[in-house]
Amino acid sequence: MTPSLVAILFSAMIANNVLLIRFLGLCPFFGVSRRVDTAFSMGMAVLFVMTMATSASWLIYYYLLAPMGLEFLRTVVFILVIAALVQMVEMFLKKVFPALYQAFGVYLPLITTNCAILGTAFLAINNHYDFLQAIVFTVGVSLGFVLALVMFAGMRQRLEYAPIPEAFKGYPLAFILAGLMSLSFMGFAGMFGLH
Amino acid sequence: MTDKARFLWHTLTNGILKENPILRLMIGLCPTLAVSTSLTDAFGMGVATACVLVGSNLTVSLLRAFIPSGVRIPIFIVVVSTFVTCIDYLMQAYLPALHQSLGIFVPLIVVNCVILGRAEAFAYRNGPFLAVLDGLGMGLGFILAISLLGGIREIIGNGTILGWSVAITGVDPVLLMILPPGAFLALGFLMAALNAITKKREGAHS
Repeated sequence: MTPSLVAILFSAMIANNVLLIRFLGLCPFFGVSRRVDTAFSMGMAVLFVMTMATSASWLIYYYLLAPMGLEFLRTVVFILVIAALVQMVEMFLKKVFPALYQAFGVYLPLITTNCAILGTAFLAINNHYDFLQAIVFTVGVSLGFVLALVMFAGMRQRLEYAPIPEAFKGYPLAFILAGLMSLSFMGFAGMFGLH
Repeated sequence: MTDKARFLWHTLTNGILKENPILRLMIGLCPTLAVSTSLTDAFGMGVATACVLVGSNLTVSLLRAFIPSGVRIPIFIVVVSTFVTCIDYLMQAYLPALHQSLGIFVPLIVVNCVILGRAEAFAYRNGPFLAVLDGLGMGLGFILAISLLGGIREIIGNGTILGWSVAITGVDPVLLMILPPGAFLALGFLMAALNAITKKREGAHS
């Protein structure tokens, strides 16, 4: 059975949320989630790069590596493609859309080592998606990323003013908060007929 | 101990306690949280990562005279991903069950910040012997932290350790702990406990 595009989109976005259920891309999740606006810029940069990266690696895998029997090179090739892509996107934005470049700021180069990008490229291949499904899947994943990151940032901003036991200040409480969010996202599992 | 021996000892133990990648530096979190559902998986992941770390540290250190600093990051990435591909295929051949349960996180060792971080911060500036020592120390620190988390989650969440039953009669295992939210909760409480212990110790000293 091929899952419908809507099911792929929502499953990737919520029930299998990339940050809270799959555990991909946690460094920015804890690193840049202190303020809602920076979290949103980071999320948008990820959406942009992730869609390009999965399309590029999907095309390379099926039209270059697979016909030549070089599937074992995919780890090396994908990470290099993503690194090169991020560099190119950065140069292109700087030249053509300086305002957008300002908004993304330092987050673009950071994205190269964001495992969510590479992980999504692998997942799209592992799930045997065709090109359209892969794109929809990637958009779902990155919308889920933005959703979780912005919500998490909002809650952490509130927590700054809460009285917290000394030992839980900072990261420990952030982890517990993420655990509670993960619990609520898990409640959606099975809703879209996908796992 | 002579100064040299002390220095070598310090290089080895640095990654285990003082700069433990997971518990102190907060890097390499994704695989830590994702595969620590049981002690076996966690330990397997730790060993695979440590092997890649030692191999890449050694290679980067041996090649450091030939790597131009302008393109060093892409070269590190190629070195690391070569080792990851080797480990990936070795595990697929000899440990298929473990490979299956670690899934996508085996190829993702390549983006584990610990490995690239040590290549950049240590191996690129030091000789091969020290680089291997540093890789071993950091690798052990990673294995210890991820196994600790895996062990805790397996005991509480499944009532077993390494597959042996340790459940107390009448107490049901808390399934939540081996589900994704349990990973966040376990690490959160573990770090809070570490914080409390460190604070107490500092209090006792001053």
